[in-house]
Amino acid sequence: MSTAVSTASPRAGSTTSGPRRRRLGSTGIVYLALVGILVVSAGLVAAQGGSFFSQGNLFYLLSQTSLLGFVAIGQTFVILCKSLDLSVGYVVAWSSLVAATTMAGDPSRIWLGVVAALAVAAGVGLVNGLVISKLRVNSFIATLGVGLIIKGYLDTQFKGPSGEVPKAFQGFGYTRIGPVPVSVIVLAVVMVLGVVLLTRTRPGYHMFAVGGNIDVARLSGIRTDRSIVLAHVLCSLCAGIAGLLIAARFGTGNALVYTYGYDLNSIAAVVLGGTLLMGGRGSILGTIAGVLILASLDTVFNVLDVSPFFKDVLRGAIIIAAVAMYARRQIDPASSRARFKALAQSVRPGSRGGPGGASSPDRTGPAGPGSAAGPENPSATTGKEATR
Amino acid sequence: MSASTPTTSPTTPGGPQATTGNGFSRWVQRVTSGSTWTVYALLIVVFVAILVMNPSFGEPMSIMAFLKKASPLIVLAIGQYFVIVSGEFDLSVGSLVGAQVVIAAKLIDGEDSMTWPVIGLMVLFGLAVGLVNGLIVTLLKVPSFITTLGMMLVLYGAIRLWTGGAPTGSLTDGFRQWGRGGLPDTPGQFQVPFAVLITVVLGVIAVILMRRPFGRTLVATGDNDVAAAFSGASVWWVRTRAFLFSGFMATVAGILIGGYAGVTAQVGEGLEFMAITAVVLGGVVLGGGRGSVVAAMAGALTLEALFTLFNQLSLPSTIRPAVQGVIIIAAVAYAAMPRRSKAVPSPPAGVPEPTVPKEPQPAAP
Repeated sequence: MSTAVSTASPRAGSTTSGPRRRRLGSTGIVYLALVGILVVSAGLVAAQGGSFFSQGNLFYLLSQTSLLGFVAIGQTFVILCKSLDLSVGYVVAWSSLVAATTMAGDPSRIWLGVVAALAVAAGVGLVNGLVISKLRVNSFIATLGVGLIIKGYLDTQFKGPSGEVPKAFQGFGYTRIGPVPVSVIVLAVVMVLGVVLLTRTRPGYHMFAVGGNIDVARLSGIRTDRSIVLAHVLCSLCAGIAGLLIAARFGTGNALVYTYGYDLNSIAAVVLGGTLLMGGRGSILGTIAGVLILASLDTVFNVLDVSPFFKDVLRGAIIIAAVAMYARRQIDPASSRARFKALAQSVRPGSRGGPGGASSPDRTGPAGPGSAAGPENPSATTGKEATR
Repeated sequence: MSASTPTTSPTTPGGPQATTGNGFSRWVQRVTSGSTWTVYALLIVVFVAILVMNPSFGEPMSIMAFLKKASPLIVLAIGQYFVIVSGEFDLSVGSLVGAQVVIAAKLIDGEDSMTWPVIGLMVLFGLAVGLVNGLIVTLLKVPSFITTLGMMLVLYGAIRLWTGGAPTGSLTDGFRQWGRGGLPDTPGQFQVPFAVLITVVLGVIAVILMRRPFGRTLVATGDNDVAAAFSGASVWWVRTRAFLFSGFMATVAGILIGGYAGVTAQVGEGLEFMAITAVVLGGVVLGGGRGSVVAAMAGALTLEALFTLFNQLSLPSTIRPAVQGVIIIAAVAYAAMPRRSKAVPSPPAGVPEPTVPKEPQPAAP
């Protein structure tokens, strides 16, 4: 409980600027961590006589980023809605197959292949969303189940790689404009679209509201089912783009792509990026930073020739450590002890403890991207000061 | 099996059903109400289907062989139940099982005298993993999904790093008997497998635990951890103990699987999702606070029975995941449906009731 004391003392002096500082720090700290990891990586590589920022390494880093990036951006929408998508890996595999088999090496069918792959992906997202919102199946089970169904279909239908991607479309995977791969430019476009959607449009606001508290959102007149379905469709679309990218890189579609672990990796990236697994709070920029962190770890391990098994150990440890660090920051001093929190804020109806361990601090912390929770925070802090 | 009702009755919103009719229609209502009873009905349906396909399955020896095969998953489901009912996840059990088997093979290495010390060491290792998981989740406030996902990666990598990629060493017969031996030690005739005995003992212990203050506190914590904290439960220690149990159960499952199937590099892969599926199939709500441990065990049994049924139907092995996916979605959707129709009339009535949590949310972890 020393955390409560140590975080409380600096905040006591700055009660007025508290919320603003916190808001800045939320994604800021992720980028700080990214810079830190880049610096350490560069140092380690330099110590071995190499250069981390060489053309080859950067290209490797960027191509790693773009693949996971698409999936993780999609996963961000879903996690913001307090949902989860474990089927993305299978969607990536499926859309790569659909694209490759539709194109069948014919350059004139490129657009048909792209549209078909994205349509299949969107269809999966629609099913996911409907199963979760209409049938009330827990998202974990729903997307796991849909993923298994796709896996069964893919394993039965496709033995090994199939289809052929025309040369023209393979450019999506390999060509660069200057030093920047085309896929990264597409990723940037998707990212900007996602950011605009989440921070400037009504459906985006609704997603935050649904993730924050679905009952309150519904009572406020939001069609919560639509938000959830939209989030899942967008998520699967993003996974579909990743599938197209894979098809372009491999030159063919491959069902075994689903063993690459995009499902869990994308969730890890999203959470590394500071988005709450409990929903209602997070950003796409943070997710991109999370993806960059994972990709730069991958790059530096590659350059240093670390054993792939040791990579897994380090990756696991770093993910836990990073999220522990965020959780520490997000623990509101006033909520670290449930008793005092309740005294300070009188009674809050519906402050139901969610499933996760970190739920109670999140509920009472300055939630959401908006400033709605702003005024509460100083009062909570002062209330806490009063009780101490 | 009926032992499960008292465990759940304080938490399931099953009260209003008591208004209707005679015993039978009440029973029908209960089975179809989407509570933990659904899984028993499903289990019976699957068993009847298997028996219709293959009447010889009903012989005691085949039943015992089936139970022996199902034991590890049931044991894992018990451990996963503790964690899920307390409102968390444990994704690390699959790689923990794999790690335990590999550890056993490497350390025993065919040396008979090493069997028991190594089993002791495995138990300690399992408990240590559970403790680390639990403490990271409760004290460092890392969501359990991430914690156990990280632990999964760490264990997966560490074990392969230690053995250099492929498992080495071999297991002794003394170790393997727990997974494949039976009580009257005459192979070829009827015997009660040790695995089944171990599973029954663990199941009974779990049921007793869930009726003791620990179990009550665990369910209360999963339902609403803030309320549990207010009523004086030390939430962190209760949850940590749940993770300890999960680690222990994964160890036992590892011993059983190692004995039954031997050592391979892939052992344990995907078991975490199987265990979670089994528990959810048993009507335990992800997010915690609802469900009984016996139903979770029945869920595991049902899942294994389904796989047996797929075998009987000689489905191509590749289509199995698809059928499994359909069934888990259907089972959970079915379980969620009646409660929804009961709960829906109240919210649109205008007044936001304070009892919103009564409707099980489609909660993400």
